[in-house]
Amino acid sequence: MSKRAQHGLGGPEIVPAFLSVGDCALAVQFGDVIDADVNRRVIALAESLSDFPIQGVLECVPTYRSLLVSYDPALLRGAALEAALAERIAQLKVSAGSARHWRVPVVYGGEVGLDLEDLAREKQLTPNELIQIHSAAEFRVYMIGFAPGFAYLGGLPKALHTPRLPKPRQSIPAGAVGIGGQQGSINSVTGPSGWRFVGWTPWRAFDPARAEPFLFAAGDRLNFVPVSAAEGAEIAAAIASGESMPMPEAAP
Amino acid sequence: MSLEILSAGPMLSVQDHGRHGRKRFGVPAAGAMDRPAMDLANALCGNPLSAAALEFTAIGGSFRAGRALRLAVTGGDCDIRIGERLLSAGQSHAVEAGEVVKIGALKGATWGYIAVSGGIAVPEVLGARATHLRFALGGLEGRALRAADQLPLGDADETAPCLRPRDPASRPGPNAPERAIRVVLGPQDDYFSAKVLAQLETARFRISAQRDRMAMVLDGPSLPAMRGHDIVSDGIVSGAIQVPASGQPMVLMADAQTTGGYPKIATVTTADLPRLAQLPTGADLRFEVVSRDEAEDILLAERARLREVLASLVPATGMTLSSGFLLSCNLAGSIVEPEAVMGRDLEPSKDMAQ
Repeated sequence: MSKRAQHGLGGPEIVPAFLSVGDCALAVQFGDVIDADVNRRVIALAESLSDFPIQGVLECVPTYRSLLVSYDPALLRGAALEAALAERIAQLKVSAGSARHWRVPVVYGGEVGLDLEDLAREKQLTPNELIQIHSAAEFRVYMIGFAPGFAYLGGLPKALHTPRLPKPRQSIPAGAVGIGGQQGSINSVTGPSGWRFVGWTPWRAFDPARAEPFLFAAGDRLNFVPVSAAEGAEIAAAIASGESMPMPEAAP
Repeated sequence: MSLEILSAGPMLSVQDHGRHGRKRFGVPAAGAMDRPAMDLANALCGNPLSAAALEFTAIGGSFRAGRALRLAVTGGDCDIRIGERLLSAGQSHAVEAGEVVKIGALKGATWGYIAVSGGIAVPEVLGARATHLRFALGGLEGRALRAADQLPLGDADETAPCLRPRDPASRPGPNAPERAIRVVLGPQDDYFSAKVLAQLETARFRISAQRDRMAMVLDGPSLPAMRGHDIVSDGIVSGAIQVPASGQPMVLMADAQTTGGYPKIATVTTADLPRLAQLPTGADLRFEVVSRDEAEDILLAERARLREVLASLVPATGMTLSSGFLLSCNLAGSIVEPEAVMGRDLEPSKDMAQ
């Protein structure tokens, strides 16, 4: 059952609501739309709970517009957690953008970016113009979900918004760079997908054997950087041999 | 030393308590569909509850012990043959090195557990040994088990006794289908009209054949969402009852994705989710709405009850049921050869009591 929180945040337009999610979790909902400001508040609360844990909270899942908070009712009851969260939210500092920034190499087109030419034609662009628009945009990781390491990217320029396919394709490889509706994506595991694909990155968003299995986290910013097929293959080989690994840009 | 799989039921997999702490990176929990049943199996074998065990549905399979071990099957009633001995579920049994264990059909339940002393010692992946089939994580190569697989076993003290619960009533038995499955409304109950919310409690639903470790689809009245069946994706827990555009509710289970875009009318209580998972396909059920506070009380009481069961295990007498006794009870005829059920051996199964 949902209940309005008594504590506002940053003005009357965003009053978080507490939603019951069974007896071991609740959701703090900051809004019901896809919006960078709403998402920043979600991530700020997740970071606050990670920096200053509330005893009894087990884990948090930030999504577009709400934070799922799991708890152990033997240590902390849901009602007490709501009170503690309301207090925390009232003091929440939302930073504008010190988030990590990634420059993700992409081989546009080719076997994996199989929709590049069709999409360009649909948009009355040349493939190069489409690549230019796609690689000029800064994307925001709104959340990780659907599959391990799968980043939902906001910030896709309107000119590239494209509906998903009515019938998903059966096998799209990990590393495929896609467009679905108003969002961008980087496939983290091989699997079926109804998104359209414009390229391929030699980076792996998810690799269980790597010391840090997940590249991206909610709140990260990223840009796509066009590279040639030969450069893409070199990057993949350097990663495979352990010579290099994907890194975010050094903080300014 | 290992456990060799000679034949495997249709969905035999390594499970434990699942992966936790990485849901923000999109990693589903996985883990046992009926955790209390798996905990009992581990406790009967003297294992820590964090040990990995095997989960199966319909039938278990046959196994060869690479060393002396203790083995217990829980989840439901089940026929077990170790060598020539016919044994029952719900207590642990000693298995000699080289002996073959056959685990037949599960009765009145959907998920069975096979624990062995020392636990299944496959390497941990992202903090757990549980298998997630779709993302191929954990277990043995991230997949369901099959004939010729060799499962590594952890160390165990084989001088320890076999165990059984002190109170036989706490043994696995038939479910009580007349008991309602309790739910807490939300997180998107406000997407549904008062009429539909009332229907959730008054209607009868039926477990459909569309079920696996990710979700169970329920047959019954349609539950239309007055505010539509698309939401901006948010976080998901196991037990969430999501309602896609078909109006047909779907309960998300252990392997569910971490996020989703359908409204969730209610969440099955943690105490009742294993009971729901165990209901056989075709069974009827009804839901009962409780408050979050009540659900938390119910969960704490259920945990205390389970702790009590695990704390009261006593040494089993070592009694094996003689085949003459089984024949007199007309039980032996129900023993199923796993191979026969799997269609690998269409010969009528031999009367194992002979």
